[in-house]
Amino acid sequence: MNTAPQPAARAPMGDRGLDVRIKSAQEAAHRIRLGVLEQGEAQGGGYVGQGLGVADVLAVAYTDQLRLDPADPEWEDRDRFLLSIGHYALALYSALAEAGTIEREELESYAADGSRLPMSGMSTYTPGMEISGGSLGHGLGVAVGMALSLRHQGREEQLVYNLLSDGELDEGATWEAAMSASHFQLGNLVAVVDMNGMQADGPTAEVLPTEPQVERWESFGWHAQRVDGNDPEELIRAFDAAREQADATGRPHVILCDTVMGKGVPMLESREKLHFMKIADDEWGLCKEQLAAGRASDANESDETEEDVR
Amino acid sequence: MSTSSTSTTAAQAPKRSAAMIASIADAGVETTRAPFGHALNAVAADDERVVGVTADLGKYTDLHVFGEEHPDRYYQMGMAEQLAFGAAAGMAQTGLLPFVTTYSVFATRRAYDFLCLDIAEPGLNVNVMAALPGLTTGYGPSHQAFEDMAILRGMPDLTIVDPADALDIEQAVPQLAAAPGASYTRLLRGAVPRVLHEYDYSFELGKAKVVRPGEDVLLVSSGLMTMRALLAAEKLTEHSVDVAVLHCPTIKPFDAETVLDAIDTPRMTLTCENHTVVGGLFESVAAAMARRPVGRPVTPIALPDEFLDAGALPTLHDRYGLSTDAVVARVLAELDAQG
Ligand SMILES: Cc1ncc(C[n+]2csc(CCOP(=O)(O)OP(=O)(O)O)c2C)c(N)n1
Ligand SMILES: [Mg+2]
Repeated sequence: MNTAPQPAARAPMGDRGLDVRIKSAQEAAHRIRLGVLEQGEAQGGGYVGQGLGVADVLAVAYTDQLRLDPADPEWEDRDRFLLSIGHYALALYSALAEAGTIEREELESYAADGSRLPMSGMSTYTPGMEISGGSLGHGLGVAVGMALSLRHQGREEQLVYNLLSDGELDEGATWEAAMSASHFQLGNLVAVVDMNGMQADGPTAEVLPTEPQVERWESFGWHAQRVDGNDPEELIRAFDAAREQADATGRPHVILCDTVMGKGVPMLESREKLHFMKIADDEWGLCKEQLAAGRASDANESDETEEDVR
Repeated sequence: MSTSSTSTTAAQAPKRSAAMIASIADAGVETTRAPFGHALNAVAADDERVVGVTADLGKYTDLHVFGEEHPDRYYQMGMAEQLAFGAAAGMAQTGLLPFVTTYSVFATRRAYDFLCLDIAEPGLNVNVMAALPGLTTGYGPSHQAFEDMAILRGMPDLTIVDPADALDIEQAVPQLAAAPGASYTRLLRGAVPRVLHEYDYSFELGKAKVVRPGEDVLLVSSGLMTMRALLAAEKLTEHSVDVAVLHCPTIKPFDAETVLDAIDTPRMTLTCENHTVVGGLFESVAAAMARRPVGRPVTPIALPDEFLDAGALPTLHDRYGLSTDAVVARVLAELDAQG
C-alpha cells in the first residue's frame, strides 16, 4: 500500500521535522527496494544491485524533495529529474510507483514484451521518465540545456536534477557539461552521482579511478557535497543545502553519494559485486525476507533514537 | 510523449520475455563460446604487436579472454570510447596492432570522428570489433545499432565486415590483423552460433561466396542473416523451393561482381540483413545494379527505417522479419506475389 505523502509542492516534506522526514524517507526507500526485488523476480534478473543501492537517494528525491504532480507527469512547473543511467530504470520505476505516477502492480511488467517499463529507461515509454538514457554520458548535457532554458524563461523556481553513475564520470561529455554549467552559473542544476564503485568491467578503482571527486567538481566551479548515499538523513541535508542555494545565477551543485550495491539485502551486500548481479530463481524469497528483517531492526533502532531525543 | 501502442496493462500476466533474453541462436544450432577472444589469442601468440583495447566492455565483447591470457597487452580505457579510439590510433602509429572493442552504437554514433580522422584517414591498422550490431539486443534504441553500416559506409578506407557465425569470426580475425588499414567488424559475442562449417565455405576478406546453391530463389545475405537464410533455405525445401544463399561478409569494399553475377539469372532475389533498409547491404546491392542492371528487381529483408522497440530479442526478430520463420514466410509470400 502506498502510504507516502503525495508530493505536490517544492520539498513536500520540508515543513516537517527532520526526524519525521527521515523516517518517512526510510519507509519510502524500503518500499522502493521491495519494488526493485519484485521487478527482478518477475523477470529473473535485472540491475537489482544498483536499484537497491540507489533506493535511498530516490526515496529522498521523489518523496522529500522534488516538486511533482504525480497524477500529471507533464505538469509544466515540475522539477526535472533526468535519469541518464538507463539501466537503473527499475529503481526509478519503483520510485515512480512510490510517488504515485504509475501503479505499483505495473512493476511486474518490468522489461517484459510490450511493457511501458523497458529494461533501459526511455521517455517515450514511461510516464514520468524525462529522457531516454542508456547511452551513458548524455544526461548532464541535456540538464544544462534545461537549466539554461528554464532560467531564460524566468522559471527560476524549477530545479533540474540529473542522476549519474560513477561510470559516467569516465565520459568526456560529462565534464564538458560540468564546465559549461559553472560557466553559465547554473545554480538551478543539481547533479547527483551514485558512487557505487562499480562499472561494467569491474570496480571503478580498477577500471578507471575517478577520485578525488569533491576536489574535481570544486575545481570546475561546483558546490560539491559528499554523503553516505544510504543514509537518508545525510541525503536530506545535502538536498536541502543544494536547494537553499539554488539561485539560478549561483554555482551548480553536485551531491556525490557513496552507496553499497545490494543495500538492504545482506546476502547481496556481501556477494561479489558485479555490474549484472546474478540471483538464482530460488533466492528471491530469501532476498525479500532479509529486506523485511532489516527493516524490522531499523524500526527498533529508530524508535530508540526517538526516545533518546525525547 | 506517447506510450507504446503495444503497451500492456497491469492486469495482463507478465511473461519472462525480457530484454535479457538475447540469444541469436536458433533452436538446435551449435554454438561456440567467445570465438573472437580465442581467435585473437591465436594471432597474438605469433605477433607481439597485437594489443587489446576496450572501453569498459571487455567482458561483454569477449576481449576478456585475451585479457586473461595477456594481461600485459590488455588496455582498459574506462567508459571513454573517443579516448579508446584516439589512443588506439596513437598505439598503431607507434608500432602496435590494436583490436579495440565496444558496442556498435558507441563505436559509430559516439566515436565516429575519432575513428574517421585518427584511424581511417592515416590508414592505420586498427581493428574495431563492435558487439551488438544491428538488432541484437532488446534494450531499445540506445543499444540497437540498426544503422551502423549506414553510418560507416561513407567513411573512406574503412573495411566493414559482417560475419555470419563463429567460423567467420575465427577466420576473419587473422586476416584483419594481416590486412593494412582500418576495419570495423560487426561482432557476435558470447555463445555464437556455428553454421558455416556444414558447407564448403571459408572466409576471405573482400569476397562474397555462394554458400549454398539453389535454382528458384537467391538470398543475398550478410551477418547473422546468413545463418537465418541458410536455416530458412532448409525449411523451404519442405515447400519444394530451392534456395541459394550468397554470403557477403565484407560490406566494404563490396564484391559487386560476384553479387551481380549471382543475380544475373531468372531467380527471384532478396537481400537479408540485420540492419535498417537504409544504407546497408540492400543499398550496396542496389548501387551495383544501378551501374550494371542485371536480373529481376530485388526485394529487401531488413529492419524498417524507424526506431525499434524494446523487448525480448526473439519477439523483435519475429516482429521485424528477421527470424528464420519470418524469412520463410516472406520468401513464400514473394513467390506468390512475383511468381
Ligand atoms: C556510452 C556508453 N558506453 C558504454 C555503455 C555500456 N555500459 C552500460 S553500463 C556500463 C557501466 C557504466 O558504469 P556504471 O553505470 O557506474 O555501472 P554500474 O554501477 O551500474 O555497474 C557500461 C560501460 C553504455 N551504456 N554507454
Ligand atoms: Mg557504478
